[in-house]
Amino acid sequence: MAEGGLIDRTRPVRFSFDGAQLIGYAGDTLAAALLANGVRLVGRSFKYHRPRGILSAGPEEPNALVELREGAAREPNTRATVAEIFDGLVCRSQNRFPSLGFDLMSVAGALGPIFAAGFYYKTFMWPAAFWERVYEPLIRRAAGLGRASGLPDPDCYDKQSAFADLLVIGAGPAGLSAALQAARAGDRVILAEQDLALGGRLLADRRTIGGKPASVWLADTEAELRAADNVRILTRTTITGVYDGGTYAGIERVADHLASAGGLPRQRLWRIVAPRAVLATGAIERPLVFGGNDTPGVMLAGAVRTYLNRFAVKPGTRAVVFCNNDDAATTITDLLAAGVEIAGLVDSRSELPEPVRELVASHRVKVFANATVLEASGGKSLKRVSLGGQAQGTTLACDLLAMSGGWNPAVHLGSQHGGKPVWSERIAAFVPGPMPPGMQAVGAAAGQFLLAEALGTQAAVGAETDAITPLWQVPGTRGKAFVDVQNDVTASDVSLAAREGFTAVEHLKRYTTLGMATDQGKTSNVTGLALLAALTNRTIAQTGTTIFRPPYTPVAIGALAGAHRGPHYRPTRRTPGHDWAARHGAQFIEAGEWLRATHFPRGGETLQDATNREVRSVRQACGFCDVSTLGKIDVQGPDAAAFLDFIYANTISTLAPGRARYGIMLREDGVVFDDGTVTRLRPAHFLLTTSTANAAPVLRHLDVCRQILKPGLDLCIEPVTDQWAQFALAGPQARRILAISVDPATDISDAGLPFMGAVAATIAGIPARLFRISFSGELAYEIAVPAAQGGALASVLLEAGAAPYGLEALNVLRLEKGHVAGAELNGQTTAADLGLGRLLKKRQDFVGRALSQRPALLDQERQTLVGLRPRAVGRGLQAGAHLIPAGRQATAENDYGHVTSAAFSATLGHAIGLALLRGGARHAGQVFRAVSPLQGSETEVEIVAPVFHHPGGHALHA
Amino acid sequence: MRLTCPFCGNRSIAEFSYYGDATLTRPGSNAEQSAWVDYVYMRDNPAGPHSEFWYHEAACRQVLRVERDTRTHTILSVQTA
Repeated sequence: MAEGGLIDRTRPVRFSFDGAQLIGYAGDTLAAALLANGVRLVGRSFKYHRPRGILSAGPEEPNALVELREGAAREPNTRATVAEIFDGLVCRSQNRFPSLGFDLMSVAGALGPIFAAGFYYKTFMWPAAFWERVYEPLIRRAAGLGRASGLPDPDCYDKQSAFADLLVIGAGPAGLSAALQAARAGDRVILAEQDLALGGRLLADRRTIGGKPASVWLADTEAELRAADNVRILTRTTITGVYDGGTYAGIERVADHLASAGGLPRQRLWRIVAPRAVLATGAIERPLVFGGNDTPGVMLAGAVRTYLNRFAVKPGTRAVVFCNNDDAATTITDLLAAGVEIAGLVDSRSELPEPVRELVASHRVKVFANATVLEASGGKSLKRVSLGGQAQGTTLACDLLAMSGGWNPAVHLGSQHGGKPVWSERIAAFVPGPMPPGMQAVGAAAGQFLLAEALGTQAAVGAETDAITPLWQVPGTRGKAFVDVQNDVTASDVSLAAREGFTAVEHLKRYTTLGMATDQGKTSNVTGLALLAALTNRTIAQTGTTIFRPPYTPVAIGALAGAHRGPHYRPTRRTPGHDWAARHGAQFIEAGEWLRATHFPRGGETLQDATNREVRSVRQACGFCDVSTLGKIDVQGPDAAAFLDFIYANTISTLAPGRARYGIMLREDGVVFDDGTVTRLRPAHFLLTTSTANAAPVLRHLDVCRQILKPGLDLCIEPVTDQWAQFALAGPQARRILAISVDPATDISDAGLPFMGAVAATIAGIPARLFRISFSGELAYEIAVPAAQGGALASVLLEAGAAPYGLEALNVLRLEKGHVAGAELNGQTTAADLGLGRLLKKRQDFVGRALSQRPALLDQERQTLVGLRPRAVGRGLQAGAHLIPAGRQATAENDYGHVTSAAFSATLGHAIGLALLRGGARHAGQVFRAVSPLQGSETEVEIVAPVFHHPGGHALHA
Repeated sequence: MRLTCPFCGNRSIAEFSYYGDATLTRPGSNAEQSAWVDYVYMRDNPAGPHSEFWYHEAACRQVLRVERDTRTHTILSVQTA
């Protein structure tokens, strides 16, 4: 139309649909622009590939689903009724082959009966082998909606939190009134509206408020709200979920309507916390159920008014209006005002209300009372309707059918906490039942359909009426009468399901797919269960509704992920020595949260070459390694020692100040939790280390044990992992190298700082803690300095002649000494399994003591720690390989255990491994097959003691 | 879900770790094994008010004793453990 509407005719927008170049205007949705260009056929249906058009004008749209954009940005199943057009938008119809107008799969429509309710279950039962290979791919090709791009999403997304006293969901007359009232009372208000503009039905219906056009009231209200600094207005924002404690999720379409995002996120996920919320989501109109009610040109009456009044588009030239309620008068008035010819009003009621009678009389509109539409026909575009009831035998030529079966309050968000909606006979619809705490429904969402009710004021709004006489299914229809057009569920599918015993609403949904997929039955659910109620002789209230769950409308996975993708999936932790290591050629690996240096290759060294060299440098001279990732926890207080005796399985309180001890913790179920060292820095001051992976769980364990189990003890627990850089310095030359930079006042001789001793010192001017601790079996120290000095310490050690080594060499060194690590502390092993049983305190209580004595944990046949070496030198060993006694089949019953860790020992010149083996050391000297079906490898191994290098440990005490 | 920490105020549940039934008492060191099995493994699953521990891990590190209705997630009370 040349004038009217809320579009900007000075800003034409070029877009394409299935290759055709079209023009719309700023302010148009894609659906409005398609209708304006005379496009009525926009898709093919899910099962039958029937031609489909545009049914609605809002987020409830089941039919007009299209693919937007191209390439990686292609987005399937987008509702044309909410997508805004922009210059250069490329969109395509879905589910058609080879083209929308001529679709080969539409033969499925002729084969209708085999696609009836439950066809998946009945038709494709056997042979079973055909299911995955033949039937499923066929069905997936035939049925379905849009295609995902299959490429990484090129857009960026954002997340934001917001807090308010009141969240108003929906900015129609009721929501605006509620927001205005709260804003004036001084509340912090968030007003969320899914549409691009505020107003709701006021944008679509020609109403007056206080004698002036509603647009005046709307403009005044919006101006006042925008001026208030306690109000935040979010347009293009759909509240999709209601969560506990007044938490709401919303999706803001920030840049979906822009040709170029220009650095903006495409969408933003809002987390809104508000103790109170107003549900002002309006109502969704119901289609009527008659033959061919899916033909393009059959449209909801309210949507017809939206296209006429808001978008200045005539959805047809000759219309039939079919209804069971008083809305017809408005529809006829608006159609006439737009110059659309009215072929007739078909009202299923025998008595028409006075205003309708006056209207049709004054405009000479043909009226068929107590009549129905039996069938709409025309294939790809509506051509005629055949009438029934009192008008049986009448056929009306038309290209538009505006239908209204009444309105369903949009109760969805109000029911997401499980509160069942309540049936209202007066409006023949469900209204909100028990609501989530703090939520209140207003206006049409509460079943109050009149504008005066929505505004809640005395302002004159003109005559209005909402009487309805339900008509759920037109009797005697011809052809397919759809209840759910998105899933191609017909009235006969519902009755078939009822006959076959699927009489519970949830069963009906699963069996027929009614109410599934992208629209979740917004236009179909209530009608479907009304049909079911009639078929099973129950009332609609007795039949009940299916459960409402988030999200209210489809949410892009990208919006949920936000910025947490790829390297930003989670924070990367770098050690204090990271930059130094990077400058010195380190290669890094992701190890849990951390990036750790695996090796420091020289020249063209491979990982194995570099690791071998680094291991030899430690065994023969001296190396240093960044071990800052180990968890560090500071425990202080008069009762610290008593508390640690309770936490550790071995005794801590006998430790002398300046001394360290290896400690293991059990879980309360008796299994080993973690291991590390405990150093008593001063009488009431301890420093614990944990394994890298358990730094956080151990802290949590300490806090919980202290506060719940030992609340009377006087101590403080503080994590200090991030405060310290810690380096291991290991090898026969370690003391000589340390002596170069340590302050002369510190005695680091074997007598001054013996094995498992600890002392405060200064190294090259840096305040440090020195621990004589060894993970490699060599003479070794761990040096802790303030985190910021990590790189400086590494430089000092390098200059003094030590060589850096990485995680790989560290692992080989510990394996050579048989020290257990994460692969052995696997949450199933006991201290005895790991050869550490003798550490457990005999008398005193500690966490895990009681259940560590369970018979099953003391069983001699448990898998316990052993060492492995291949029988043939040169053979490798795979961690994860299963151990099978030599000469036996590799079957589950012959599986005696598995290889937990394996590596090539540069010191010994062959592969070594640790394993958990049923019967453990009893098999010493025996030969097992180490079989790894996963890697397709097998090695014969000999069972040996788990300490490979210097079992006596004399190097430690050098 | 949200909890009102007595130290930190009203916070998202994402900041807390669940630590289970707050009505259990750790058996004495001489208790029967069956008492330990009950303590470590056996849990009721009540429909209604439930007393449980929540650890405010991402903030004050206090263990809180929370009364929660398991049917509605209504928080009835929050106290320090």
